[in-house]
Amino acid sequence: MSLTLDNYQPAVDLIWKEVINIVEPSQAVDIKNASFAYQQKKVLKDVNLSVPRGDFATIVGPNGGGKTTLLKLLLGLLKPNSGTIKIFGKPPEKNRYKIGYMPQYSHLDMQFPVTVMDVALMGRLGKRRWDRYSTLDRDAASAALGEVKMDTFKKTHFNALSGGQKQRVLIARALCSEPELLLLDEPTSNIDQESEKDLYNILKRLNQRMTILLVSHDLGFTSQVVKSVICVNRQVVIHPTTTIDGTMIKDIYGGDLKMIRHDHRCCEMGHIHD
Amino acid sequence: MTDLIQILTHPDYQFLRNALIVGLLASISFGIIGTYVVTKRISYLAGAISHSAFGGIGAALYLNRTFGLSWLDPMMGAVASALAAAIITGLVSIYAREREDTVIGAIWSVGMAAGLIFIDLTPGYFEISSFLFGDILLISSKDIIMVLVLDAFIVTSTLLFYNRLLAVCFDDEFATLRGINAHGYYIFLLCLTALTIVLLVRIVGIVMVIALLTLPAAVAGKFTTRMWKMMLLSIFFCMAFNTAGLGLAFFQGLSSGPSIIIIAGLTYLVVISLQKFKEMVKKG
Repeated sequence: MSLTLDNYQPAVDLIWKEVINIVEPSQAVDIKNASFAYQQKKVLKDVNLSVPRGDFATIVGPNGGGKTTLLKLLLGLLKPNSGTIKIFGKPPEKNRYKIGYMPQYSHLDMQFPVTVMDVALMGRLGKRRWDRYSTLDRDAASAALGEVKMDTFKKTHFNALSGGQKQRVLIARALCSEPELLLLDEPTSNIDQESEKDLYNILKRLNQRMTILLVSHDLGFTSQVVKSVICVNRQVVIHPTTTIDGTMIKDIYGGDLKMIRHDHRCCEMGHIHD
Repeated sequence: MTDLIQILTHPDYQFLRNALIVGLLASISFGIIGTYVVTKRISYLAGAISHSAFGGIGAALYLNRTFGLSWLDPMMGAVASALAAAIITGLVSIYAREREDTVIGAIWSVGMAAGLIFIDLTPGYFEISSFLFGDILLISSKDIIMVLVLDAFIVTSTLLFYNRLLAVCFDDEFATLRGINAHGYYIFLLCLTALTIVLLVRIVGIVMVIALLTLPAAVAGKFTTRMWKMMLLSIFFCMAFNTAGLGLAFFQGLSSGPSIIIIAGLTYLVVISLQKFKEMVKKG
């Protein structure tokens, strides 16, 4: 086919679209046919998943279903046995500086001699060629702590904080590297409801400028702020939150389950029924 | 007090002066590395490293006597085998998590066994208890120089990598994600631990050196909330334990190693008991 003036424009558009996709990929996460196995045990099979920029998605599924494995694949800490994983168009380890990560605080040693500021500053390490933190780093860490309302605790021993506060400091640590994708591992475990509400307000605000992906065991709550749900049980399925219903939950957990109404508009006497 | 000064300046007690100086200087490395060992929770790895040093001591004695390698000092053997053990235990704990304790236990005892076999094979008689439990009579001025060199190396390393090592010890996964070679720094830390351990083998011996590495840091950890403060305080406690222990050993005619360890252990016990007591009083 010769390139005439008539079909010239669509071809340019197509090329232009490709160029934009390379410079600024529209997908935050793009997984194609990825499988992962620990020794002989297959944990994830033929995963296809794409999460657009600006999404707020939760990863849900039963224990041992592969949630943590999926998270570690996204972080580049594990490599898939087959298939490809791209974060903003590149392999995760090439784009690490664009990813902020909040682990579960229960993995950390609570006796460890660090202050809140020490922990937050660790998020700036990647930006440094030298080992010393600059004023710029300290300002960024302070700003990140301010964002999660923990800036008044800078000199407090990390151990002295409550569960919810620790989690907020770990979010600040992830934020101070100015990520475009924020990954959170079970942010709602071990914290009370009040802290959970605070947490989701913070995340909702952050979602205006970054893509958020969080692992959660708390499905009921997710539909409030979350835009899509990624179900992981050896296989991975993505649903928009509007379609969460009984069949989907059966899909994820396998077997019949009772659904419990679990909205967050409870008064002291219980649910307000219409 | 004048008695003490007389003793310390008396030409017959050169060995005591050397022991005291080595003890005080080595405390700098011990306080720093002990803090890392305690906070990273690798006392068990450090124990394996120190016991495997005995394998190197035995091998060096054997090669020295059997092949006439007179330049080969037992301490060189100790350094070599402790470094080898540090690298092996490090790799094992990174890559073979499930069987970590078994492998480390094996390195621990095989190191000791190898040392004893080498000594059996070596003609002549050796007083091995000086290596196992320490002997201040063995300390020479050469040791003082060795300790000074190690102190300089460890202080420089800590100043250069303080923030990275802190991040690796606190959360190695996160450090990796921030582009830090966490495994590399971990192995490096274990090698520093190996070198530090070998240094004080002369005073407290292989069997007890691990207590002198961890107890000052454990006591210091009760009073501080930041890593560098914990290091400074452990250096202080380590100096105090060494000095008090050597004093007790000298005036009561006891072995130096056990005296130092007993004082360190008692202090730790008192500190944690007082803290528990304080908590109980607070709760009412």
